Amino acid sequence: MQMKLLTFKGGVHPPHNKHKTEGLALKRANAPDMVIIPLQQHIGAPCEATVKAGDEVKLGQKIGEPKGFVGAPVHSSVSGKVKAIEKRPHPGGGMVLSVVIESDGLDTVDGNVKPQGNIDDLTADRIKNIMREAGLVGMGGAAFPTQVKFSPPPDKKIDTVILNGAECEPYLTSDHRLMLERPNDVVNGLKAMMKSVNVGRGYIAIENNKPDAIKSVAEAAEDEQNIQVIALKTKYPQGAEKQLIKACTGREVPSGGLPMDSGVIVNNVGTAAALGCTIGTGMPLVERIVTITGSGIKHPQNLVVRIGTPFSDVIEQCGGLEDNIGKIIQGGPMMGIAQYTVEVPVIKGTSGILILKEQDLGLSPELPCIKCAKCVDACPIGLMPTKLEGFAQRGMMQEAEEYNAVDCIECGSCSFVCPAKRPLVERIRLIKADIIAEKRKAKQA
Amino acid sequence: MGYGNLVVSSSPHIRSEETVQRIMLDVIIALLPATAASVYFFGMRALAITLVSVAAAVAAEAAIQKIRNKPVTVNDGSAVITGLLLALTLSPAMPLWMVAVGAVAAIGIGKQVYGGLGSNPFNPALVGRAFLVVTFPVHMTTWINPIDGVTSATPLGLLKMEGTATGYTELFIGNVGGSLGETSALLLILGGLYLLYRGIIDWRIPVFYIGTVGVMTAVLGQDPVFHLLAGGLMLGAFFMATDMVTTPVTRTGKIVFGIGAGILVVLIRLYGGYPEGVLFSILLMNTFTPIIDKYTRPKIYGEVKR
Repeated sequence: MQMKLLTFKGGVHPPHNKHKTEGLALKRANAPDMVIIPLQQHIGAPCEATVKAGDEVKLGQKIGEPKGFVGAPVHSSVSGKVKAIEKRPHPGGGMVLSVVIESDGLDTVDGNVKPQGNIDDLTADRIKNIMREAGLVGMGGAAFPTQVKFSPPPDKKIDTVILNGAECEPYLTSDHRLMLERPNDVVNGLKAMMKSVNVGRGYIAIENNKPDAIKSVAEAAEDEQNIQVIALKTKYPQGAEKQLIKACTGREVPSGGLPMDSGVIVNNVGTAAALGCTIGTGMPLVERIVTITGSGIKHPQNLVVRIGTPFSDVIEQCGGLEDNIGKIIQGGPMMGIAQYTVEVPVIKGTSGILILKEQDLGLSPELPCIKCAKCVDACPIGLMPTKLEGFAQRGMMQEAEEYNAVDCIECGSCSFVCPAKRPLVERIRLIKADIIAEKRKAKQA
Repeated sequence: MGYGNLVVSSSPHIRSEETVQRIMLDVIIALLPATAASVYFFGMRALAITLVSVAAAVAAEAAIQKIRNKPVTVNDGSAVITGLLLALTLSPAMPLWMVAVGAVAAIGIGKQVYGGLGSNPFNPALVGRAFLVVTFPVHMTTWINPIDGVTSATPLGLLKMEGTATGYTELFIGNVGGSLGETSALLLILGGLYLLYRGIIDWRIPVFYIGTVGVMTAVLGQDPVFHLLAGGLMLGAFFMATDMVTTPVTRTGKIVFGIGAGILVVLIRLYGGYPEGVLFSILLMNTFTPIIDKYTRPKIYGEVKR
């Protein structure tokens, strides 16, 4: 085990705020009476429903099949009856076609759910097939279909698989508890991932504010010669893909490229654990660990929640809300998505439900930029957020592109440190999207 | 359970506790020891000059913002700093009404004319001082000795005009002729260290600015210690060349700025008409700030040669 702390250049140190839940063991949430399962929970093409209203479905049954290569099927997380297939609010924003299932409370398991055998006996293609059929997506939040990640074009030589256990988002402890309580699933998942792309080097990278998780995973991986546990310096955004690759391998993903361009595939520890678990039991991805925390919730917890459970249901199981709620966020405070309703469901990428009181939001009017350069020093990519924001406000797309706006990973470090409270990343995001749209248009023309 | 008024805005959802007001307050705190020393050395005159300068700067800022129908932002503390810095560059013999004129000029033509805080290309306090230098040249170069209150030259003036050097200890402690704040190197360094400790200023500009002056004067056969301690170098290096608004934002740019300003100080002091060059070295480098930033952009992650 390597104990020299690895890290990247730039970054910020937001208060961790993990104390409320880091010591709380995983608990299974009560099974919901009704689940809302969106047909799109991943990056890529949405699924087409394979059931219709009135159908009986079983736990683990496939209910949606992706229409394209980049996609992942969705499964029922309860047994019961399909009430409707209709548009419902989605935690990622907007309305998404979803399968609404009323549970019969029996959890009758689908006949297709059976153990997949021993990892050592599985071929690479078989493992990729399991990834696909289980509906695995990146569980850190981005929700990129896992099987697609492990199917790089033949000219990309992959030599390293990294598991991301940094959990650099403040407040969240779902990965922490997972690594502490289910380290074998994590290690088994990594082994299977390495086998699926025939790679002999695996890293599990964890921030050093979780010494117990580092120890637990290191013990589970003790007999694995090819797997190394790496302790990372605690700094945001240590768990961002590019920063993680730099810290673990010293390599940089070329601007505009993907991790595979530097020979690396990165996955969240949760994704690996889900793979390890599904190989063992055959159960597809129908539940996940969610940290429910923040100043606005009565009893913060780490719950194992069925996919499709409405936020309102989960919040109620945590004792309900405090007064003066400011925001309800899916994910962490740095990159999570603020919700306008609690009728959205927990999906595959829901690592946390963060509820903040109004006074925690730090809402204050923006002041003129005093060019203090804190954003420039904090940017983990080496951009000049203050410049980019200026270009964005004036709609100067060409200049923004020249200053590499498209390389922004939207980690929010710049907005976090800004003493003038300017919405830097918020504005950069807009001009970045404009530049990408313009490029796409130019390509089509 | 009320879900009534949820705030829906994009991430990040938390902010650091750092504020513009706090930064300004830290700069004011850092300037207090040197300000107190000026009162100690020069008496109530120094206090009067400081108060008039600050009051005039704040009043000018508020008045201009009122006239322009803009929100009055004097509580951000930036006008207080401008007033304080200007006072520290003035002679204790300066008539108070001239001090007020300088402070109004600093805020008016140094800052508000460009749109206020964050938009000015030049350090406002130095613009105020430059305005006074050309408007009241005699008063701006009449210095008094803190010990007997008699008119005397500054150490740099003595060296330039008469070829006499002043002792290091006097320079370091500050009981020498000169402006209110540029006399005590010790207390200015103390204030600078506080700003470094608080993370308000970056070490690069003061280190490269002071370092360049030291190395260059040594190479040119001068006494480097004298040149570091005399004049406004410490005040300029820690409080003016580090002004966030008017200096580069990139780390490399800060080094370039420091070296450039250092070279200019030495050139002005040794070969120019004025005995002191800190004022113009910083103002001149301020003009280069945008171009320095442009050509010292940080290397980005995964940079691909195009």
